[in-house]
Order: sequence, then C-alpha cells, then structure tokens
Amino acid sequence: MSTFSLSDAGIVGARRAKATPFLDWAYASATGVLAGIAWIAFGLSCLLWDDLGDWSRTHAVGIGALIIAAATLVGTLGADHLGRLGRELRQRAPWLTALGLFLALWEAATAKFAWLPLPFFPPPQAIIEVYTDDLPKLFDSVIASVKLQLGGYLIGAAAGFLTGVSIGWSRSIGYWVHPVLRFIGPLPATAWLPIAFFTFPSSWSASTFLIALATAFPVTVLTWSGVASVSNAYYDVARTLGAKPSFLVTKVAIPAALPHVFVGLFMGLGSSFAVLVVAEMIGVKAGLGWYLQWAQGWAAYANMYAALIVMSLLCSSAITLLFRVRDRLLVWQRGVVKW
Amino acid sequence: MVAHAIAEPITYPAVGASLDIENVSHAFDIDGALLPVLQDVSLRVEPREFVALLGPSGCGKSTLLRLVAGLEPPRSGVLREDGALIRNPHPSRVVVFQDPTLFPWRNVWDNVALGLEAQGVLKHQRQRVDDAIDLVGLSAFRNVYPHQLSGGMAQRAALARALVNDPKVLVLDEPLGKLDSLTRIAMQTELVSLWQRKGFTTLLVTHDAEEALVLANRVIVLSERPAKIKADIRVERPHPRHRGDPYLADLRRQVLGLLGLEATW
Repeated sequence: MSTFSLSDAGIVGARRAKATPFLDWAYASATGVLAGIAWIAFGLSCLLWDDLGDWSRTHAVGIGALIIAAATLVGTLGADHLGRLGRELRQRAPWLTALGLFLALWEAATAKFAWLPLPFFPPPQAIIEVYTDDLPKLFDSVIASVKLQLGGYLIGAAAGFLTGVSIGWSRSIGYWVHPVLRFIGPLPATAWLPIAFFTFPSSWSASTFLIALATAFPVTVLTWSGVASVSNAYYDVARTLGAKPSFLVTKVAIPAALPHVFVGLFMGLGSSFAVLVVAEMIGVKAGLGWYLQWAQGWAAYANMYAALIVMSLLCSSAITLLFRVRDRLLVWQRGVVKW
Repeated sequence: MVAHAIAEPITYPAVGASLDIENVSHAFDIDGALLPVLQDVSLRVEPREFVALLGPSGCGKSTLLRLVAGLEPPRSGVLREDGALIRNPHPSRVVVFQDPTLFPWRNVWDNVALGLEAQGVLKHQRQRVDDAIDLVGLSAFRNVYPHQLSGGMAQRAALARALVNDPKVLVLDEPLGKLDSLTRIAMQTELVSLWQRKGFTTLLVTHDAEEALVLANRVIVLSERPAKIKADIRVERPHPRHRGDPYLADLRRQVLGLLGLEATW
C-alpha cells in the first residue's frame, strides 16, 4: 500500500467513479436478464406450438412462465431499490436461468415434439394439473405420511437416545444391550416388514414400529459413542466441584455427547424415510408411498412425478428443521455445516 | 433497598485447612504390571500455607494431587484434610488443572456457576458467581463461550470456577504451564494476591523452579518416579518477591542441584 503515490490513487479513484455505477449495474443484472429470457423461452415453448396430447393447463403454465419472466426482469433490473429481496433474486439468477432453460427443453421434448416417450415423461403442465386437480388426495397423503413419520421418528429417537445414554454410562446395561444391538441393529428395518405386518394389530402400528426401529439404531450407536468419548477431565472437574452421578449424566455426559447425538438423529431421519415409503407402498393404505403405488397402478405418471417432488420437499424440510434445532442447541460449537 | 442495606456483606470463610499426607504410596496397574509412582510420601501442610511440589516431569506430582483431591484412593497410607479422612472429592478442595477444561457448551458465567449448581445452591447464591468473575477480571466476558477466550482468559475462568466454592484448599496442577511467559508472570502475581486475600491453603504442582520459589512458602522437591521427598525448603521472604533477589537465586541453584541440573549453573 505504501508504494502507491497519492496522485495514482486519485486518478484510479476518478476513473472508477465515472465508469462503475452503470457497469456494476449491468454486470449484476446480466444474469437476471438471462433468467428472464430463459423463462420467456419456457413460456413461448408452451404457447407457440400445439400439444401432442390432451393437457388442460398448457395455456395457464405458459402465461405463468411469462409472469415469472417479467417478475425476474423487473426484480433484477431494479434490485437496487428492492433491498434484500433484490439481492437474493440476483444471487439466485443463475439457478433461475438453468431452471427456465430446463423447463423449456422439457416442454419441447415432451408435449411438443415427443422426443421422450410420452406416457412415461409427462410435460410440466401435466404435473401442474395434478397439483390443481388432485390436490385433496395429495394433501391427505401428505398428512398421513407426516403423521406416521413423526410418530415413529419421535419414538425411535427418544428410545435410541435413552438406550445410547444408558449403555454409554452403565457397564452392566451395556453388557446386556450391546449384543442385542449388534445382532438386530444392522438388519435393515424393511426386512421386518412381512413379520411386522401380521404380528402387529394394524399396519399403522407396524409401520410406526419399523420407522422407530430404523431411527433408533443410528441414534443409539452415536449417542453411545458420544457419551463414551467424553473426556475424563470433564468428569474430574465436575467431581471435584461436588457433582453427584446424576449431575454427571445430565450436565456433563449428555451435553458433551450432543454433537454425536445430532449426527445419529440425522442418519436416523434418512433411514426412516426409506422405511416410511416402503411401508406405505406395501401395507399402509395412505400416505405418499401409497399414492405413488396407486398412481403406478393407473399408469398416472404425472401423479408419480408430482408426488415425488412433494416427497422430496418434505424430506428436505425435515432435515432443514433438524439442522435448525441443532444450530440452536449447539451454538457453542464452531464451524458447523450449514444445510 | 432497605433489605439491601441491612443484608450482611458477603463474607468468605477463607480459612485454610491443614493437609496431612501420611506414608502414602501409590502405583498404576498397566496391563497387570505395577508401576510404582509414589513411595512412602509423608507431608504436613499447615493451614494457609502455600506449598509447591517441584519435581521432574512424570515423577508422580500430579498423581499426588489427584489423591489429595480425592479423585483416586491411594494404594496405601492415608490423606487427611483438617484431620478428617479424604475419601472422595469435595468442593472444599478444588483443583485447577493444567488445561482449563472449561465446558465448551457453557458460557463463562455458567462454567463458573458449575460448582454451586452441582451442590444445589446456585439459585440463592448467584451473586457469588458474579463476584468470582469480577475477582479474576472477566466481567466483560461472562456471556462468552470458551472457544472465544484466549488461553490466559480461559485459565482465569477456570480459576474463578474453583474460587467460587470458597475452597479451604486450592490444588493447582501446573495451571500456568501452557501460558505464554508474560501472561504467566501476571497470573503468578494475581495468584499470590488471591491467596493472601482469601487465606486458603495452596498446593501447587510445577516443574518450574523459579515459579515455585517466587510463589511458595515451602518448596517440596520430589525425586524421579517413584517419587520420594528429597528436600523440604522454606522460602523466608515476604511477598511481593523480586525475581532477581539473590536469596532466591541461591535457593534456585540449590533446588536445581537437587534435581540433578547443577551443571547448568
């Protein structure tokens, strides 16, 4: 810095001041303009040609795409006046561009020119049609899935946590539980499906049990390893300060193990999703898995894609929620991964 | 306001206890083989004394502290605090370890409050936590998590966590060993002034002869493992002491000689 002379800095500063605002604005808006063009392309791809099949929402989807294009253009060109919304829009403009192009290509490849075999690859408007026309059934399925998942997961997480703390803490409990854990834990919970469905009074309780089982195993193992890996120094400190065993468990072992517990909860969430979908496909007469199965029976491929998208959003939200809770509880950790 | 006015000022009992270590021997069981660490150590520490245990590293000084703290029972011999047998850890004998070992999931205030919380008296004595934090000069950092503290501040917090319990015996296991030399000198001075104000008995383990001589009334020199008491040296100098005091330099030569390092002097 010290090698700069004052006059150099002045010249550079002057040149920048003249050229910068417009160029900056143009640069920042460029991707936004591209995104707008991509969405216009999608809208036109819907409206310019006639559909090869019979879809009722083509026109509406085309108009919708053009509205999004207009909003994107206005939003990015005027981002400086829109505050945070404008900044976020600009930041997401590359993704919006890619999405618009993908949708335009998809539209052309399916509804317009049938480059992809038709019943298996429905166009975007067919999927939108599912959301508008089959909403009640889809909504009921979502509610059923969420209820089943939540019940099973909470039971499994609580059971896994308690088991993990017990075997991490007590040698004698570990002696009995550890072999059982090793024998049953690695078995995929779905392998129990046939047995569970006729030993449990209802398919719902069987599925809850299996989801709980799939959740409990990783939660148990990671809670256990978390409790077992707590440094003895923490216990020494607490003991010299007058801590009783119950204090050592609740105020030392458990908080120290929490980062591990959350890894277990995360893994349990993943494997419980798999069990949920399979259970719904095989035995439970409700939920998104059942909806998928039902749609396949009717060769309603658009419904399957629609259900898949909803499912993915639900699973992703569940994980987001878990990470939010973790960030709340583990503020004391540094460098935690942002989901 | 009235209640505040007539409330008694917070008084610290601050009566140092005596310690008796009687014929204590200890050994570690390493894969079935016994490794002797302490051999027939006997020592009496008077109330309010500041005793430094000095010895080569790995000689068993820290083990002796763990026995005094009650974290482990000795293989033979007995330890007493004010004549009462030491069987378990007790907050009247608090240890400050070489690593601050603050609980990373608690902020400074909650870390310092740990002892009172464990003893179930925190609800009515929150003021003591504030006082202890003020005492070590961390008032501005009470809501900070340990990973945001420097090494010196973390060790101060650990000191506050010990002092909040008004210990009769403060057991220090090389608490300044990992600090940089400037922080170290500053904290040595603070330690002495705390000890003078509070009047607890202090047992300090260190392998730094200068630290032992600047701080303690009595320096106990231990031998190589298994540790035996080699010498019991009184340091007849009031605090504050000067590091360049010829009397201390003389003692230091003597002490280093006992540790087998006279060639360097």
